[in-house]
Amino acid sequence: MTLAQQIITIAMVVLATVITRFLPFIVFPSGKPTPKYVQYLGKVLPAAVFGLLVIYCLKSVDVTAWSYGLPELISIAVVAGLHLWKRQMLLSIAGGTVCYMLLVQFVFC
Amino acid sequence: MDGRIAAVKRPAGIKLKAFKAAFPNTIPIMAGFLFLGITYGIYMNVSGFSFLYPMFMSMTIFAGSVEFVTVNMLMGSFNPLQAFLLALMINARHLFYGISMLDRYKGTGIKKIYLIYGMCDESFSVNYTANIPDDVDKGWFMFFVNLLNQIYWVTGATLGGIFGSFIKFNTKGLEFVMTAMFVVIFMEQWLKEKNHTSSLLGLGISLVCLILFGADNFIIPSMAIILAVLTLLRRVLEKDGEKT
Repeated sequence: MTLAQQIITIAMVVLATVITRFLPFIVFPSGKPTPKYVQYLGKVLPAAVFGLLVIYCLKSVDVTAWSYGLPELISIAVVAGLHLWKRQMLLSIAGGTVCYMLLVQFVFC
Repeated sequence: MDGRIAAVKRPAGIKLKAFKAAFPNTIPIMAGFLFLGITYGIYMNVSGFSFLYPMFMSMTIFAGSVEFVTVNMLMGSFNPLQAFLLALMINARHLFYGISMLDRYKGTGIKKIYLIYGMCDESFSVNYTANIPDDVDKGWFMFFVNLLNQIYWVTGATLGGIFGSFIKFNTKGLEFVMTAMFVVIFMEQWLKEKNHTSSLLGLGISLVCLILFGADNFIIPSMAIILAVLTLLRRVLEKDGEKT
């Protein structure tokens, strides 16, 4: 990507983010009742998007070639285990990341 | 009423009081944002970007998860539409923060623009749930919560971006921090919700689309199918929501 393309990409992300933040205040200026469909999406969409994001992070994992996605699988299990145990966001993230780094640097290298 | 009281007092005093009330609420976020921000900065640094990238991106985008995703997109092929749509989808939750804050932001004057611009998950959580004392100006309180959080995040991202190049240890695998973060966010959602249909649909549809369309082209079909299926299931899921 050229610098201009990078700036455009970042600008598109900024624009989309700003839209998501300002839109409700533009569409519902005086606190009129929110359409039922929008309320419904507000409740169900985030969960699905988080699922999509997990898959998005794993999109480059090749389960047919060496390491077979095992470092990812093990590290996600560590994240999940830590999180179920302590439910401390930072601990779960740090623990899982360190585990993954150790695995790809020393075990599956 | 708040507005009239505020007008009588000296503006500097009001701001200082609001700042003092807001700061303690942001301390846990300071720890989290510095850590995640530094990690994000290091991640950008080891991905080959100057510290100016994390600095300006954390300042202008100011939405953590989408900033990590943007690093990936900057390293891929140029696709502005995908960048726009992906950011729109990831940040769609802001729409519902906004709807929740319509009343709370009323009467905050020109500050309202910044309150909306800087409304990240953490600022929303604090400003939505905090019990602001009656004698503290709520507009300035929320303003300082937003501002402090943004300062923590930009500081962390910039430091990580600068010092990432001095790091002596092997950073291979650090990119997993993004995966770990989304797994945790997914789990938080999972532990909170009573009905897992939407979470499972998100995982399942995306996985099928990844297999069908490949790593570079699966996002937009995934989003379209998720939106369509959730719309079709509206009656079922809404009924279920009423029961619980």
